[in-house]
Formats: sequence, structure tokens, C-alpha cells
Amino acid sequence: MIVRVEVTSKIIDSRAEVLKNKIKGLGFRNRIRDVKIADVYTLEKTFTKKQLEKITQAVTNPVSQQSYTKFDSKSNNIEKFLPVEKGFTLAIEVGFLPGVTDNVGATTKEIIEDLLKLKFKRTEGVYSSQLIFILGNLSKMDAVNIAESLVNPLIQRIHVKSFDEFMTSHGMDLVVPKVKIDKKPAVLEVDLDVDDDELIMIGKQGIMDPNGIRRGPLALDLSYMRAIQRYFQKIGRKPTDVEIESIAQTWSEHCKHTVFSDRIDDIKEGLFKAYIRKATEKIRKQKSAKGRWSSGRDYCVSVFGDNSGGIEFDENYLVTHKVETHNTPSALDPFGGSITGIVGVNRDTIGFGLGAKPIANVYGFCLADPRDSELLYKGPHYTQKMLSPRRIMEGVIAGVNAGGNQSGIPTPHGFLYFDHRYKGKPLVFVGTIGLIPKSDNSRILYEKKAQVGDYIVMIGGRVGIDGVHGATFSSEALDSGSPVTAVQIGDPITQKKFSDAIVKEARDLNLYNSITDNGAGGLSCSVAEMAKESNGCKVYLDKVPLKYPNLSPWQTWISESQERMTLSVPKNKWKKCLNLMRRRGIEATVIGKFNDSGKCQVYYKSKIVMDIDLEFLHGGLPKRPMLTSFTKPAHIEPEIPQLSNLSEILEEMLQRLNLTSFEFVSTQYDHEVQSNSVIKPLQGRGRVNGDAVIIKPLITSNKGLVITSGLYPTYSDIDTYYMAAASIDTAIRNAVVAGANPNSLAILDNFCWASSNELEMLGQLKKAAQACYDFATAYKTPFISGKDSMFNDFKGFDEHGNRIKVSIPPTLLISAIGTIDDITKSVSIDLKLPGDLVYILGDTKEELGGSEYYAYWGDKFKKRYIGNTVPITTAAKNLKLYHKYFICVGKELISSAIGIGRGGLGVALAKKSISGLVGLDINLKELADNNKRDDFALFSESQGRIIVSIAPQNKEKFERLMKGCSHTLIGVVREDNKFTVKGKKGNMIINTDAMHLLKNYKKTFKNY
Amino acid sequence: MKKPNILVFSGYGLNCEEETKFAFEKAGGAADIVHINDLIEGLVSIGNYQILAFPGGFAYGDDTGSGNAYANKLKNHLWKDIVKFISQGGLIIGICNGFQILVNLGLLPALNKKYGERQVALLHNSSARYIDRWVDLKVENKSPWLVGINKLSAPISHGEGRLYVSEEVLKQLKEKSLIALRYFKGEVCNYQNLESNPNGSIDNIAGLSDETGRILGLMPHPDRALFFTQLPNWPLLKEKLKREQKPLFPEGQGLQIFKNGVNYFANIKEGLSKNEIFSSLPVTNSH
Repeated sequence: MIVRVEVTSKIIDSRAEVLKNKIKGLGFRNRIRDVKIADVYTLEKTFTKKQLEKITQAVTNPVSQQSYTKFDSKSNNIEKFLPVEKGFTLAIEVGFLPGVTDNVGATTKEIIEDLLKLKFKRTEGVYSSQLIFILGNLSKMDAVNIAESLVNPLIQRIHVKSFDEFMTSHGMDLVVPKVKIDKKPAVLEVDLDVDDDELIMIGKQGIMDPNGIRRGPLALDLSYMRAIQRYFQKIGRKPTDVEIESIAQTWSEHCKHTVFSDRIDDIKEGLFKAYIRKATEKIRKQKSAKGRWSSGRDYCVSVFGDNSGGIEFDENYLVTHKVETHNTPSALDPFGGSITGIVGVNRDTIGFGLGAKPIANVYGFCLADPRDSELLYKGPHYTQKMLSPRRIMEGVIAGVNAGGNQSGIPTPHGFLYFDHRYKGKPLVFVGTIGLIPKSDNSRILYEKKAQVGDYIVMIGGRVGIDGVHGATFSSEALDSGSPVTAVQIGDPITQKKFSDAIVKEARDLNLYNSITDNGAGGLSCSVAEMAKESNGCKVYLDKVPLKYPNLSPWQTWISESQERMTLSVPKNKWKKCLNLMRRRGIEATVIGKFNDSGKCQVYYKSKIVMDIDLEFLHGGLPKRPMLTSFTKPAHIEPEIPQLSNLSEILEEMLQRLNLTSFEFVSTQYDHEVQSNSVIKPLQGRGRVNGDAVIIKPLITSNKGLVITSGLYPTYSDIDTYYMAAASIDTAIRNAVVAGANPNSLAILDNFCWASSNELEMLGQLKKAAQACYDFATAYKTPFISGKDSMFNDFKGFDEHGNRIKVSIPPTLLISAIGTIDDITKSVSIDLKLPGDLVYILGDTKEELGGSEYYAYWGDKFKKRYIGNTVPITTAAKNLKLYHKYFICVGKELISSAIGIGRGGLGVALAKKSISGLVGLDINLKELADNNKRDDFALFSESQGRIIVSIAPQNKEKFERLMKGCSHTLIGVVREDNKFTVKGKKGNMIINTDAMHLLKNYKKTFKNY
Repeated sequence: MKKPNILVFSGYGLNCEEETKFAFEKAGGAADIVHINDLIEGLVSIGNYQILAFPGGFAYGDDTGSGNAYANKLKNHLWKDIVKFISQGGLIIGICNGFQILVNLGLLPALNKKYGERQVALLHNSSARYIDRWVDLKVENKSPWLVGINKLSAPISHGEGRLYVSEEVLKQLKEKSLIALRYFKGEVCNYQNLESNPNGSIDNIAGLSDETGRILGLMPHPDRALFFTQLPNWPLLKEKLKREQKPLFPEGQGLQIFKNGVNYFANIKEGLSKNEIFSSLPVTNSH
């Protein structure tokens, strides 16, 4: 029996009202009169009438809703259901495609099982959908267009009926989007005794199924395929598909980071070891020499080795940090890509040591201008339309909203960054900070080791074909061959359940010896990774719980179905572990055993389907030495008009996508849960997005954690070395500005590159990596974790059907954390009281190459203005300044402060004034600079600068402490709201007020 | 004096249990976090507690309506225990998702003592979007949870906090003084120039109590207003206090609610009978 339960609102439904306005905005402004929404639950199971009544009651709120139940295809009483007296013109039903995670359906099933004390069979189920009724002057074609702009065809289905059709067919149809795999699961042998052309084909397009269709990318190049060929020749048998697929996952760029680990030019050990890790090693050595509890001691505890990087927070706790990217999935399904990104990186926290508790999320979205309406296509002849930049933006924002909020993890810090080159592939950075005690009574908690004989236990969600080939797919450029099964949707509540069970209970009950996340590559990677700890494993794939029958063994093994972790549980703890998981509503299953055979052995129905030496699996991939080249670009120096009044320019700068308020994002992310917020994402009266946030990791302690980041993709157009330098300086500076101890900082690198098989791109990468070494060591700030994504290219067609490639600019995100001993000494950006003195610390040079100011004028003239004078970071000088500043923070001399970043001094001053909603009188006459022009002085992006305000009575003390570092008194806080700037010659160049600046600052995303 | 025992619910996506427990303990109580399944299995009994706290969170991902699925589970398994708990004079608080659960469970407002009947609804915010910001609250009735508080500021963080009631029910809520808290334009709204009502809630209602006053539900989070450094304007306040050479505020305004819950039982122990306390509350005089 199939039943539809349709629930609609009796009163004004704000979801429908918001949807109505959205549809109006699609070009139907005068044609839409009303929109109603019904939530639909399709039940596939036989119930009695009484049971159905109970179910309907359980999903209907009698105060605000009414419901209607439809059995099979016959309808009793359509009129009773009509949501509007006036009727409707069109009904659009939006549901999921078979196999797509349906959280509402799953919850409803649980509600019914609990209510009626029964269990659904595997062939039965509950599916949710939404029915939208539109009243207006619309054709059925219009409805299809509306629906297409609301759904993503990769994951959702739509069905449209006109009023008449709806009436004559008694409502919408009964649709059960159930996955049916008719093919019986089988294991294939793969013949590798073939010529190179065939090896290349297998590597690029996948193993051929018996039906002649290839399975999709393995991302194994010829040298890798030959290595696999040789291995199986040596052991004297043909590989199975399970083995090839498994090796492809383990050897993927996504998992092994070969671009960073293989030889590059004469750097034999590769970029990671030569630059990133070496910097940390050098810094740790210097710091260790100081002794354990000295100021500036080594606080690195677990770096690079685990799922996150861990540093000492206080005597008893570590904090961990990890930032991931989820770019390729987000290009296809922005919501799904970003939600699985954020809940995925949460698991890198839960999977740190024996389990850290996630205490804060961070995000960063690099996007194309949401106002850009030109379309891109993945396929030729206008096929496989890409989502618009606006849809991508809304989707990725909504994904972190759902993932972060539902998981009960605050998401206080993040940024939006815009460049047209992110149109083919958006970058979605997601990160999580965790907290873990160093030890309990018996164990060190940041270490783990699977023991011989331990059960391999999978906990969390079940396995489906969603996410098959995720790891290999994100190692390739996005083109028309990209697999749709790589799209997944998250289920944060399933994860929340096991996260709580692990971090708050099982860990402290000592129920397991090791734990890791099931992320890229699924079980194949997590189990094989943990098997290194005991030196072997045996897995029984038919024990793995599946979402639906008939998955092939290779799919079960590599599927990236979300919300799963792998535990290593000693035999004598298993009963207790299972009992705990059952009581927490978590599925836990033994799927094998760890051993010391030196092999990864996988069985399916008592037949061995994988039998590979661990040594080969992890170390058998051949090195692929890379060569690089570097050509210093020479851009035309843009001619910028010289205006005497810069008020309007400042106001327009504040409207720019990269400088403007993104309050609508900050306020839809819960940043107060866990009761740990100190400096919030929006600061001051004017609610300005700050560059740093501060949280209080332990509810019982006043010690705080500062979180910041830095990113300057446009500087890469001139010089990736100084791009990286500026990013590091900015992340460090903003942490120190907020009050962090410069001796406590740690940083993370996330390289997102394009075309990393081209000499020039690798040359730029090498320079950036070198800067990471140079500046990390100069600032004595260690890297503790990192991740890279090397092929962010889009290959497809533009709106004229012409073939194009869109590659992102070389992008490096540097994320920083640091501690502040007493949170009451935190420094916020908002100006405080009239009469306070305003200083600029650091020198302002004429450095506008790659600046927002050049881009502003470029946009005006419809050109790309880049220039050549990229800001040069001078680490030693800056570090000295930051230490002196920190002393002033300790003495509570700083009333407010902001780091000068994108948009320069002018934008920083405006933000200070807006956040305090007080006026400023500024005079550039004494400014330490070499700028010939006032506008250059105001908008240069020279690094290493801070604006501070202090109480007038602290003037002498402050100046004495800052002696030896560039500090200039440039202004004073006014009684009123007026904001004035006098130029170098004493003439008034800006004359506006704080309210007016605020309006401009909030204008761009006002209706988002 | 023995500390009252507080049961803080957890499980299925509730997520503010730790800060709620902390708040009750800071207020002088003894709080346990208990997973709903451990109550259902009989491993822990509601009867051992004087206060039940339903903390904030995202139970069941808000699927089928916020608070609905968790309320269904309580109704299916623990209803008798909860009714007994109420009849024996225990206190109950529901914060945010906890409030949504209490409303769906029919413990609030429970007009005419109809515990178990859904009488009001908490619906999608008028923006249809999740929102996190601070609000100012005015105390409107004499629930023991709110004794000695006139107004306070705390954050909200929810997608479904717009209270809806029929006109008839609203009239009764007013008559019986069951509206416990209203949004108003106070210190924080003035500071950040925000509208007082963040979600379109009818009659600016932010919290309700039942007719005994012992059951309180509210959308804002007093558990996130425990420290001075949680106020959005604390850096400015600090600067002012420092220049006036005054100390910083020792705690956040939200803590008093938890203290009231804990002290309520201390007052009983100090000689006032339950009836005396209840009869001093207008909300219980109305019937």
C-alpha cells in the first residue's frame, strides 16, 4: 500500500510568503497572486485506517496545520484539501531522486516506528516531498521554469500539474523514489595485460562493466597503472575490480597529495616536507630550547600526523584545527557539497586522537559575482547547464547553515570572497576547531593505535552508491564526464548522535583503541589507514549494513556515504560498546578484524576479493617528478583618475563584494551555541564583520582562543610568493590585533590551485610554498595541518556554445588560532568613546598591485586593473611591532583596534567608525609613507599595519611602549557622527558621516 | 541544605545540555545530563529529580516541525512520569528547542490544565531563515523562574520561534497571565539598532508559563547569557567601567533564571510550604 499524507498550513506560512517573493523575483512579479506549500510524506507500507489517523496526527500541528491523506490512486475528497479558497493554477511537487539522503523521510519513519511500536521492512519506507501551489497567470511551461530555478536536477525530481490535471487525476501521483538495483552484485577480474592505450583508458575513464560502459574516473595515470600492472604480474594473478578501485582511492591526489609530496625540480623530498613541515620542525626546535613552561615554548603536540593538528591550549587540554575544501561537489550541488564539507570536517575533529569535541566551525566561500547571469555548460550544444553563481552562493551558504546549526557547533568565523574566475568551480573552505583533554587516568588521549585482534567497527549511517568515486573525482578537473553519484547530502543528526556518544561517553569509558573518519574513499581508505597501526586487516564486506540491496562489493568498499566512522574495538569491550551505541540510537556493526598479516584482505560472501600487501597499497605509488617554470608577469600600470573629493569613492568601495557586510551569513549561523562566544562575528553598534573572533573553549576558564584567516588571490596575478606572505601576515596580525599572544599562534595552509600539471602553475606553487617556509619561520609560527586541492579547473562551454576553460586564481587560505590568557582583555574593532586618539602602526607604502582599489577602477572602465606593486611583507619589522602591541594589550591600553587589510587604511577607518557609530577626524599629513597621492595612501594594502584607538590619558604610556616601531597619531574620535579625512596637503578629501558609511556598507547584500 | 536535583535531557540532536547543566550548577544545583533513552529503558528515573530541563538544540533536525518528533517520543514513553512529576510540584524549563518540545508536548501553556493538548505553535520565523542575534526581554508574569527579574538581555538562535496562537487562546493567555516574557526594545536593541521582535512572534511573545507558573518555556537562551563577556556590547561597557574605575559585572543576566529554579526549593525547605509559595503567585490564583 502507498499512502500520501499531505500537511498544509491553515494560517500564514512564512516559508510560502518568502517563496512567493522569490518566484516574483524570477521575473513573474505581476503574475503571481498566491503561493502555498504542503509537506508531503509518502508511506510505502500497509497500515490500518486507525494507524493512519495516528500517523497523520503525529506529523500535523493542530494549531497551525491541516492534513489530508490519499490512499493509492483513488481520492475521496479533493475539495477538502485545497489549500486556498480561490484554488490554484499550478501544482509543483519537488522530491528527491532515488537514493538521495532524505532526512525528513527518515525521521518520519522513526516517528511511526516509535508511535506504533512496529518496524519497517527493508522493502518499505517513507519519502518526503514538498508540494507548491501557485495561483497566478501562468502556463505549465512557466511552472517548469520556476521549478527548475528552485531544484537541482542532480538530486531532485519535479512533477507539475495544472489545476485541471490535478482535479481530474485526483491530486498528485503516488511516487516512491526507491532505489532498485536489479543487477546481482558481482566481482570482476580486470585484465591488465593490455597495451598502454587501454591502461590509459582504464585510468582515465574507469573499469569497463560487462555492459560495455566504463564506471567513471580512477584518476590513475599511466605510470600508476603500470605500477599496478607490475604488482599483479609479480604476484601472478589478475586483480579484481575491488582491488583496482581501492588502489585508485588510496593513491588519489585527494588522499596522497602527490603534487606536494613528489620531487619538484631539485627539491627531492617535495614541497610539503621541504617547506611546510620543515618550517614547523625548525620552529619547534627553536622553541623547545626555551624549556617547557617558558614564554614562547613549543606547544605543538600532534601535527600533520592525525586528522587535525593539535596544540596545547592549557595545562590539561589541547585544541585542534583542520580546514578542508569541498569544491568539486559544491559546484554540482552547492548545498550538498557544503553541508557534507562541514559535517565531514567535523569528523576530522571527532577522529583526532581518541576523539576531540568540535567547539567551533569556520567557513570561507570563493565565488563568482552573484549578479552575473551568463550561463556555463558542462556539455556541448547547451547541455548540462551549470548552476548560476547566485544559486551556488545561496546553496553553499545554506549547506553550512544546516550542517553547523544542526550539529550544535558554533560557526563564528568566515568570509566571502569574489572573483569571476571562481565561476566554474567555487571554493568551499570549511574547518573545525576541537577540544580534547591531554589524558585521562590511564591514557594519553591524543594518541591511538588499533591492536591486533581488535574488531573493525563501522558506526553511523548505512552505505549506498552515493559518493562513489568522490576522491578520484575531485582529483580531476570538472567536465561533462563528472559522475553524478559523487553528489551527496548530509545527515547532521545521525552524525550528532555518534559524535556525542564518542566524545562525551565512549572515549572516556575506554571502549576503543583507535578511531578514524570515513571520508574520501570511504571504508577502503579508513580501514586501510588504521590497518597500518596493527599492520593488517581482514574485512567482510557482506557484513556492511547497506541502504538498499545489491550494491557491488567494490561500491560498498569505496562508497563515501556520509556520517560514518570506523572504530577499532577490543573484543572484550564490544558488548559494552554495542549496548551504548544501541541506547544512543546509533547503528554499529563489526565488519572485520585488525591483524598483523601485513595485508589488506577483503572478503565477500566467503570469497576473497582483495588481497594486497599494505606496503604496496600505501607505498607502491611511483614518484612522479615535476618540473616547473616561472615567468614574472608584467602588467600595465593602470592610470587611475586623481580626484580631490574621495567621499564617494570610499562609499562605493564599501559596497564592493569583497569589502561589504555579509551580516546575512553571520546571523544565520549559530555562533553562540556551547555558550562560548566572546568576540562575535559582528562587532559594535554598527554590526561590522570583524577579521577575528574569540571563543572561550572551556566554560569554567577565562582563557580564550582567537580565530582568524588571511587570503589574497589577486596578489597571485603578480607574485604568489608575496601572495602567500600577505596571507600569513594577515592571519597572524588579525589574531594579535584581537589580543592573541604572538607566541601562541599556529597556522594552517589550504592551497587551492588550478591546472597543477602545467609548468607555470607548478612554478607559482613552488614560490608560494617557499614563502610559507620563509614567513612561518620568520614569524616563529608553526604550521600544524593543511590540505590542498590542485585541479580547480572547469572545462566546458560558455553561453555562446564556445569551448572554454575557467581556472581559479592560485588561492592560499591561511587560517590561524592563538590563545589569549584573559578574555576580558580581548580587543574589539569598534571605536569606543569621543576624544579617544587614533594611531596607525606600521608604514604605508605605495603598494596597490592586486588591490581592491585598482579592481574598483578596473570595474569602472570595464578592464582588469592589476598593476605590479604587490605589497611586500617585512616579517621581522612586523613581528617586532606585534610584540610591542601585545604588551600594550596586556596593560589594557588599547581601546579598539583593527588590522589594515583589503581596501587599505580608508576602508579600515570606515569600518571602525561604522562599528562604533561615532565620527572621526583623520589627518594624513604625518602618515609614515611614500605615497604621492592621497587616494593611494588611503587604499594601499601594505601589510603589517594596525589602527588603534586609545584613551587620551594613556597617550604617553602608549607612545613610550611603542617606541622603536612606526606609530603615528592620525586622528581623534568625534562627539558626533561626522567622518572627515584631511589629505597630505591639509585639504579635506573625505567629508561624510558614520550613518552614511554604514548604509553603503550594508547595501550590497541588503536583500539576501 | 540539600541541593535540588536537576535532570537535563539529551539525545537526538539536543545540543545545549552542557551549558544548561553548568548554569544550574553555578546556581547551586546538582544537575545530571540524561539521554532520553536511558529514561525510557528505566536506567534513570524522573522521580529522583526536582527540576526537568529541556535544553536547546536541533532534535531530529526539526524534521516534521521543530520539537515535534522529540515530543512524540516523550509522549509515547514517558508521559505518565511527566504528569506525575508535574502533579508533585516539580519545576520544568524548556529553552529554545526545549520550549518547542514543551509546546508540542502540550505542557505549555496547558490552559485550563489541559496538559497534553497542543494549544499554541512555534512556527518558521517571518524571514523563514534561521537567525542568531541578541534580544531584550521584559518579564510579564510571576512564574517562580522569573522572580526578581524585570528585564534581561539574551541571545536567540532559531529557525522556528514565531509564536502563533488563535485570538481566543491569546485572550486567555492574557487573562490568565501566562505570557511570561515579551520582546521589547531595550539596551541591546538600542545599542545595535535592531527591531525588538526578531521573528514575527504574535504580541511579541518570547516565553510562556503554565497556570502554576512552574513550567516555563522561552525561545531566548539564558544559558548563553551567563558571563559579562557574552554581551554584544561588553567591550564598550568594559571601557566605560574601566575609565570610571568600576569593576566589571560579575555575571550575565541569564544566570538569575537558573538561580530562581534552584532557590525555589531552598525556599520550600526554609519553612514555606509549597502551597504558600504557589498561593503567592497570581498565576495560580486565577482558578
